[in-house]
Amino acid sequence: MYGALWRVLPGPWWVRLLILLVLLAAVLYGLFFYVFPWVSDLVYPSEVTVE
Amino acid sequence: MQTVQEPQTRRTRRRGRAPQRGVSVVGVIGDLLVTAGVVVLLFVVWQLWIGDAIIGAQFKDQGQELSDSWALEPSAPAPAASSPATSAPTGPPTADPPALPQPGDAERFAVVRIPRLGPDYSFPLAGGVSASRTLDPIGLGHYPDTAMPGQVGNFAIAGHRGSHGAPFADLPSLHIGDAVVVETEQGWYTYRFRNIEYVRPNGVDVLLPLPQQPQVEATDRIITMTTCSPRYGFSERAIAYGVFESYTPRTEAGPPTSLTSGAA
Repeated sequence: MYGALWRVLPGPWWVRLLILLVLLAAVLYGLFFYVFPWVSDLVYPSEVTVE
Repeated sequence: MQTVQEPQTRRTRRRGRAPQRGVSVVGVIGDLLVTAGVVVLLFVVWQLWIGDAIIGAQFKDQGQELSDSWALEPSAPAPAASSPATSAPTGPPTADPPALPQPGDAERFAVVRIPRLGPDYSFPLAGGVSASRTLDPIGLGHYPDTAMPGQVGNFAIAGHRGSHGAPFADLPSLHIGDAVVVETEQGWYTYRFRNIEYVRPNGVDVLLPLPQQPQVEATDRIITMTTCSPRYGFSERAIAYGVFESYTPRTEAGPPTSLTSGAA
């Protein structure tokens, strides 16, 4: 899958590397700021009150 | 024999490798599984070390915006804050604290500042201690029907310690006498950290007007801050207490010195 992605990308190796790094940064941003907070709400038990 | 077989083996190996250059189903599944494993590890790292910094910074920014909005539009003088009680040798004058109405659920009515936990520590405080409505999306929550800031009795608030911005992550590291300042539209209520104790999750007596003393009439003005203990766990609760020191109305003289001078 990733090998195929590498071959599909245009340009010399450093252009492909640059594109991949940008893609990786976009994916990490989405995970860190949107996906993980949402998952954290679902899986992390948060009990801080006395009741 | 071997000299004849070896080229064949190489050829078969090459043939065997050939399909992998394309996209095979097994290859894609393998890549996805590896990716999923990396994402799960990333989530653990995020939950433990990164997420609280990101969300906490957002909450602090929101608290600072709230504070800035109050600074830009000073409201009418507080209803009961007219008689100056004591005047500190330095810094702005103090006064009798005005009584605030109980906030609505998830209504932001204050910003909590604890200089020991950072000069930019400014978490919003809203009504209610519901995780889904107040503690998760806003920051700190006020136990309904406990006292309001500066009033005789127990002003009780709750906050996360290991998730959702973790405003009370370092609550147990407070030093005796550290300032806990509750900033509202009218002014600043300064409390001084007194002690910490650990109770069972059902230890609701910490919310009594005089904490842990049922059926005793309150005479002191206490702040109670509850969070989970151990961090990332929930078998106990960490309870931090503070004692009211002074109220500083919002005037041209600016915020109280307790915000800048740290521990008393």
